[in-house]
Amino acid sequence: MSSKTAAPAKDIRKIIIASSVGTLIEWYDFYIFGSLATVIAGQFFPKSNPTAGLLSTLATFAAGFVVRPFGALVFGRLGDLIGRKYTFLLTLILMGGSTFAIGLVPGYERIGFVAPLLVVLLRLLQGLALGGEYGGAATYVAEHSPGHRRGFYTSWIQATATVGLFVSLGIILLTRHILDADTARSIEKFNDWGWRIPFLLSILLVAISVYIRMKMQESPLFQQLKTEGKLSTNPLKESFGHKANLKVVLLALFGATMGQGVVFYTSQFYAQSFLETVCKIDFDQAKTMLLIAILLATPFFVVFGGWSDRVGRKWIMMIGMLLAIATYPVLFRQMLSISSPEGRTELNDQKEIRTSVAFIGGSRDLIRTSSTLHHYDGGMLVTETQKDTAYASGKAAAKPVVTASRTLGTGDYWKMVGVLFLMVLYVTMVYGPIAAFLVELFPTRIRYTSMSLPYHIGNGIFGGMTPFIATLLTTITVGNKLVGLWYPIGVTAICLVIGALYIPSRPRELEG
Amino acid sequence: MNLLKRVLGIVWIALGPLVLFWLIRTGAGEIAKNPTANTRVQWSVFILIFIPIVVGLVLFGYYSLKGEYDNGK
Repeated sequence: MSSKTAAPAKDIRKIIIASSVGTLIEWYDFYIFGSLATVIAGQFFPKSNPTAGLLSTLATFAAGFVVRPFGALVFGRLGDLIGRKYTFLLTLILMGGSTFAIGLVPGYERIGFVAPLLVVLLRLLQGLALGGEYGGAATYVAEHSPGHRRGFYTSWIQATATVGLFVSLGIILLTRHILDADTARSIEKFNDWGWRIPFLLSILLVAISVYIRMKMQESPLFQQLKTEGKLSTNPLKESFGHKANLKVVLLALFGATMGQGVVFYTSQFYAQSFLETVCKIDFDQAKTMLLIAILLATPFFVVFGGWSDRVGRKWIMMIGMLLAIATYPVLFRQMLSISSPEGRTELNDQKEIRTSVAFIGGSRDLIRTSSTLHHYDGGMLVTETQKDTAYASGKAAAKPVVTASRTLGTGDYWKMVGVLFLMVLYVTMVYGPIAAFLVELFPTRIRYTSMSLPYHIGNGIFGGMTPFIATLLTTITVGNKLVGLWYPIGVTAICLVIGALYIPSRPRELEG
Repeated sequence: MNLLKRVLGIVWIALGPLVLFWLIRTGAGEIAKNPTANTRVQWSVFILIFIPIVVGLVLFGYYSLKGEYDNGK
């Protein structure tokens, strides 16, 4: 869109707020399921039932990854046929409704097999809705923006994915701690029923966002095409059936979104899982460190988005990928080193052993919890917990469950925040300018469809698979804790070569 | 630069089947190690969704080899 036909600055602010709030809520809805996967698994997918276990896998894989590109096709097509406004209103309602409904589904213990089945179906709807939302919001904002500020304005949409993660983590942490004055009881209540609160809360957020979006006008470029009768009659065929456009879709995928998606998921999700499962950092501490890192890095989405208007989109994204490739091994090694008690002096006089015995539920079976607290210099605390069960019936006791968690001292805490901040900073480099980059690649009549598919394959499949493939690599190659990084580094390196060599440096104007 | 893009086209064409072969071989190994429905579903989903992506990579390589991404085209 040229500067003459772009929305005035005051209107564009309203447009950005209306679009961003909705997209943020969609990300929030999508992430709470992932962040509460363990709790949800306990409620809906009991390990004792193999079919429920299978549904759990489907909920994780099919909805998280496979369905997103299908959502991109379904809603992208709709967006190019009937308009951006109504399509991304529909995705918002679909996402909010599904999230709210997940919060209402009774557990496996009450309705049996129907419970996990309903959750999988609702999760599939969430994935479909997410596949349609982003392209709509990015296209809508871009089509209102003047060319020289497009990177800046669309970067607000880009920030929503990370802010959505921030809000979801924040609400989960808050809910875990406010259900009872005693923290342990509060967490217990959260795992029992409190986890539903973040899901139910979604309906309020969505209602506000739908109200705001209802007041918005259709994108001027789309409206112009509609008035002139130049809308595409078959966006899917035009996007993927014609070589001229298909080759651009392939370039967008292999030269930009593939690497961007992998950097996004490695820095924010694999790093989180690495902190908790490999570094054994305490759950709450791991989440708060990530929250602070995200909070500090988020303004850089807008910084790099705005900068891309002056220096071009391509090289900011490519440098972000290059930095990620070059420094991931160093940063992850640093995470291991910061969280390791090796080389530290244990303060033996402060060692504590705490034991408690409690009945399990309403039964006469007993569970004995024994915790040993090891204090180290620098403030590190390593807690080893062993849980034994004694059955009243005289049944042989199960093998004791032993877990360990580490809590960092203040200095190490901030060092870890620094490492996480750098990783999220790379996300802002590759992700800040990408909406403007993608919308500039495709013509208005098929833009929603054409940009949504590479984005969701890059992010949903290449990116979303990162934690799974990285963990898989660690099981195949035992002994090297950093082996999981081969996947993100390999994929990002291929993307960097393709992006640097094949992507033209100059963007184009958004006319028809 | 155009020559380099065309030569790399061959690399992308070759990379597609190699990735697919690695996926199938690793998947088969993992299923043999842990032959549960969960592992089978995971790997089947995994391989199925990567097949169209591999086709896309080969097509990208083909277009590259044919000079579709040459400067000025």
